[in-house]
Amino acid sequence: MKYKLLNILRHAALMLLVIWTVVSLVTLLIQAVPGDPATVILGETATQEQIDNFRSTHGLDRPAFFFSIGGDEGFVWNGVQNQYADYWTGLLSGDLGKSFRTDRPVRDMILERYPSTIKLAIAAMLVAIGIALPLGVLAGSRKNSLVDNFASFFALLGISLPTFVVGPFLVYLFAVKLGWFSPTGSLYPEDIVLPAVTLGAALSAILTRMIRSSVIEELGEDYVRTARAKGLSERKVLFKHVLKNGLIPVVTILGLQLGVLLAGAIITEKIFNWQGLGLLLLEDGIGKRDYRLVQGCVLVISITFILANSLTDFVYRKLDPRIRLS
Amino acid sequence: MSRLAYIGFVIAGLFILAAIFAPWIATHDVTVQDLAARYVPPSSEHWFGTDGLGRDVFSRVIFGARISLEVGITVVVVSSIVGTIIGAIAGFYGGFVDKFLSGYVFNVFLAFPGLLLAIALVAFLGTGQGKLIAALCVIGWVGYARVMRGQVLKVREYDYVLAARALGASNLRILFTHILPNAVQPLIVQASLGMAGAVLSEASLSFLGLGIPPPAPSWGTMIEEARQFFSNSPHVLFFPGLAIAMTVLAFNFIGDGLRQYLDPKQRTR
Repeated sequence: MKYKLLNILRHAALMLLVIWTVVSLVTLLIQAVPGDPATVILGETATQEQIDNFRSTHGLDRPAFFFSIGGDEGFVWNGVQNQYADYWTGLLSGDLGKSFRTDRPVRDMILERYPSTIKLAIAAMLVAIGIALPLGVLAGSRKNSLVDNFASFFALLGISLPTFVVGPFLVYLFAVKLGWFSPTGSLYPEDIVLPAVTLGAALSAILTRMIRSSVIEELGEDYVRTARAKGLSERKVLFKHVLKNGLIPVVTILGLQLGVLLAGAIITEKIFNWQGLGLLLLEDGIGKRDYRLVQGCVLVISITFILANSLTDFVYRKLDPRIRLS
Repeated sequence: MSRLAYIGFVIAGLFILAAIFAPWIATHDVTVQDLAARYVPPSSEHWFGTDGLGRDVFSRVIFGARISLEVGITVVVVSSIVGTIIGAIAGFYGGFVDKFLSGYVFNVFLAFPGLLLAIALVAFLGTGQGKLIAALCVIGWVGYARVMRGQVLKVREYDYVLAARALGASNLRILFTHILPNAVQPLIVQASLGMAGAVLSEASLSFLGLGIPPPAPSWGTMIEEARQFFSNSPHVLFFPGLAIAMTVLAFNFIGDGLRQYLDPKQRTR
């Protein structure tokens, strides 16, 4: 019990350390922006007063960090009033700063878009499971059959075809030619189908391969022989015994892939003009050089990814006593 | 080795040849626009048709191979060297060094979804081929470091390493003459999968407008430009898309094939 608690604490500490680093990186990266953000946003024609005003509104007139090194003076202590400390203070009270462009709180802008990205990621995951589970089980239980070969081919295709090639083809076929969905945007509830399939295609390929090899591995175990020996039908062996054990690694992949889906959603959202976090980052953030917004989006996506991974790790340990003990 | 791996080698070979001999293979100048011949379907004059500015798609796809190959090889070479060194240090020295590197640094880099980190770097640093390569190296090295660390941990306890140590060989000598040659095989597998990843990432970032800026014929940029008029002129998107898919598929085939070939446990399956 004591060991278990220590282990959980150790993982939590590592997670916090990683989050701290990610926040620090994102905060300090803004210093690497070529040119002064104020001039970039306000344009070359801005007066000095406008620039000063902008800088003080967004806290850009303060030093970047607690200290600075280099220059003529060498090491200089800047005090606790700095941009890095400001960002942390804000972050801990749930404030991600104000957009450079619109002056709206970045948190509100992100919260508006976050649900649609999560919705897309979950839909993509369901599509992936829906394809991979039957295909992977069939392929694994009938090794080297026609189904197996097809599954392997499908999996490699899914992994190699980029989202931005699959997406436009799906739009062409199902929206333009067949007219089943609207080609861009999310006008109707069913419009999530094409983005979800596009985003989930690669994951379904990875999952198919995993489930297949998992099923093959489990079918060779002793307990399967026992189950067969006591007269269970092949279907029961497969669904009652093999799948239960074989799906454990799949759960891990699913959890780890949630973060990948969130990042991959950036491309899918661009293709389908899906108003999610990715499009916010791309168009309003990077496109309009709203670095405060870029910071916020990158941070939120990364932290979601880290939390999803940690949660997966936790669930995985719960599921499989062998990992808990090792 | 599997048949797919051989197919991979053939496709990758063609891709590399196309990149090297691009100026001789291309039928047109890739930047010359012919607004009178926009979106021309494939013909004997333009094998893959023309794009929205009347540029020859075949020539652009061929020159695109050059960009992909340049980016891919640079990223693989730089990140494999950096990753191998850091992974070797972590595995070889163990203790606090290993705890810091593999327990903390590796986890930080794995904590970002790769594409997002690259997007963030490019967003803050600006676009261009050099910056793109730098961003892809930043996300790429950790894969090699993990492979190398694992190999070093495995090999360093082997009898012949202990024997070399007993004979008075220095750490550096043990690392280079005994441990590294044993770790080369998994590193090659990682490199061929890394090549597929780098080609795909370059295309993805260029597609998002964060990679190689136009008018350079990057496959990702070509797809982005072709997307708007896809329903009327699918060929403009189809050929660069096919090129990316084939290249990525080829390097994945090679990586998978080599892994199975080098790992006897998988070979029997």
